[in-house]
Amino acid sequence: MDLLRVESVSKKFGGLVANNDVSFTMGEQEIVGLIGPNGAGKTTLFNCIAGYYPPSAGEIWLQDVNISGMSPEQCARAGVGRTFQIPRTFASLTAQENVMVGALLKNHRVKAARQRASELLTFVNLGHRSDKPAGSMTISEQKRLAVARALALDPKLLLMDEVMAGLNPSELREAVEVVLKIRAGGISCLIVEHVLEAIMPIANRIVVLDYGKKIADGRPSDVSNDPHVIAAYLGE
Amino acid sequence: MSATSETIANPDHASPRKAIALRVAGSVLGALILLLLPVFVKNSLHLNLLILILMAAQMGVSWNIIGGYAGQISLGHAAFFGVGAYTSTILFINFGVNPWIGMLVGGAAAAMVSLPVGFSCFRLKGHYFAMATIAVVEIIQVVFSNWEYAGSAVGLYLPMEKQGWSVMIFSSKVPYYYLALALLTLTLGVNLLISKSFLGYYFRAIKDEPDAARSLGVSLTKYKRTALLVSSFLTALGGSLYAQKELYIDPGSVLTTALSIKMALVAILGGVGTLIGPVVGATVLTSIEEITRMLFGGTGRGTDQIIYGLLIVSVAVFYPAGIVGWFLDLARRRKARQSRPGKE
Repeated sequence: MDLLRVESVSKKFGGLVANNDVSFTMGEQEIVGLIGPNGAGKTTLFNCIAGYYPPSAGEIWLQDVNISGMSPEQCARAGVGRTFQIPRTFASLTAQENVMVGALLKNHRVKAARQRASELLTFVNLGHRSDKPAGSMTISEQKRLAVARALALDPKLLLMDEVMAGLNPSELREAVEVVLKIRAGGISCLIVEHVLEAIMPIANRIVVLDYGKKIADGRPSDVSNDPHVIAAYLGE
Repeated sequence: MSATSETIANPDHASPRKAIALRVAGSVLGALILLLLPVFVKNSLHLNLLILILMAAQMGVSWNIIGGYAGQISLGHAAFFGVGAYTSTILFINFGVNPWIGMLVGGAAAAMVSLPVGFSCFRLKGHYFAMATIAVVEIIQVVFSNWEYAGSAVGLYLPMEKQGWSVMIFSSKVPYYYLALALLTLTLGVNLLISKSFLGYYFRAIKDEPDAARSLGVSLTKYKRTALLVSSFLTALGGSLYAQKELYIDPGSVLTTALSIKMALVAILGGVGTLIGPVVGATVLTSIEEITRMLFGGTGRGTDQIIYGLLIVSVAVFYPAGIVGWFLDLARRRKARQSRPGKE
């Protein structure tokens, strides 16, 4: 069974069609890159999957659960973790406390959550920063912190919104390693990304959106040679 | 190399233990002073000031749960205070119910009132939420001002015929001091328990980034309502104690927006979201209030309000983290300065 099935999802804001009849699927332990020019509707689709917007039409299934129209907190319970374009870390909480908030969902015991948070911070190479307030960390650190926080939910699917944008080469390498480790741990990742040279080598598949419509879906090498995709990025 | 790192690490290991010992000693000393104060303070005017400080602190600490930790600025807490005061008083006067039980019923009644308040007001955010809560107090004030059974605008007197612990009425101020101290301790205890439990983490997450909190499975409405429920219960206990101490309540004393603002101000001045902040804020604020009252008497009734206003503006402009936040910051900076040469 597919892990995620997006079936003919459309999202309209008044007269603006942000997503138009988008369908695709994701399997277990898969990294799927969601790319497209600015304003193609990538973040809107994310918000539909994570419960922030109810789709105007279509359905979203996580394994055998229909999650379309669920609230964000219900989606989190169902197994969808997410990060945001701007990291949205809890600025006044320490790194460890940030991750604990995620870990407390399934087990309300603070001590267990603290333990889990330490493991996850080490996992994203932030073990040495656990007592720092999130507000005082660099953007690169905050992005990794947001990933650790979402992982604390033990999600089946992790949605990452531009986790690699604005990173320097060594930070980028670090981020890519983390994503690969997450997949190796059995979690599928749907990644919105503009940094194509980072996402192309690690993705199993690439889905391309343009003006709200899906224009390509396939292996990275096929997608990057697709004439529609080239036209969308470079213009006719 | 390992030897040098050990020598550097050593004082670091010793200092937390020393800090804990200092803190325990400080708490014990503080508790002793608080317990023995009435033995030394014989002047009933001064003792009354101490009671007022304790009661204001208890309000601020209760308010802090929703306003400080969860970051939802309520300017309607007088509603819960009033409901607590009226419930225990009406039960006592009309049904002879013991005020100890009346107090708990009052707390429960306020918690019940908090449910529809939360249901309607939590649809709004930030300033709009605060404004809606002001409306709640005004509505309840109008209801009680016109409700004959609750004494209308004249208010209710508690009879002084019987005195003692069973009816929570005393001619001496000393028992009220201990009652206020006990209630404050209880409220601080609940506050501490919450801040150490998952609720504390959830409340702070909601305050910092509500959208991100939702992505981690934290239901905003559920936990905001929980915070308001606990906060309103504790606030109402304070209201009942107020009624027992003053032996007279009316809508103009327990159901005013000015009282709501005072609860918020006590916490904001001292430091929102900290355990001890509201206690510090209450000490400063109540002292100013009472001193201006003594200096200017009835003619200077607005003076404390002017000073309130100045305080709000200065805290907002110069130090949003409040007095306690300012001290914590100073300590942090001092520590950073001390540790820097060691690390280099």
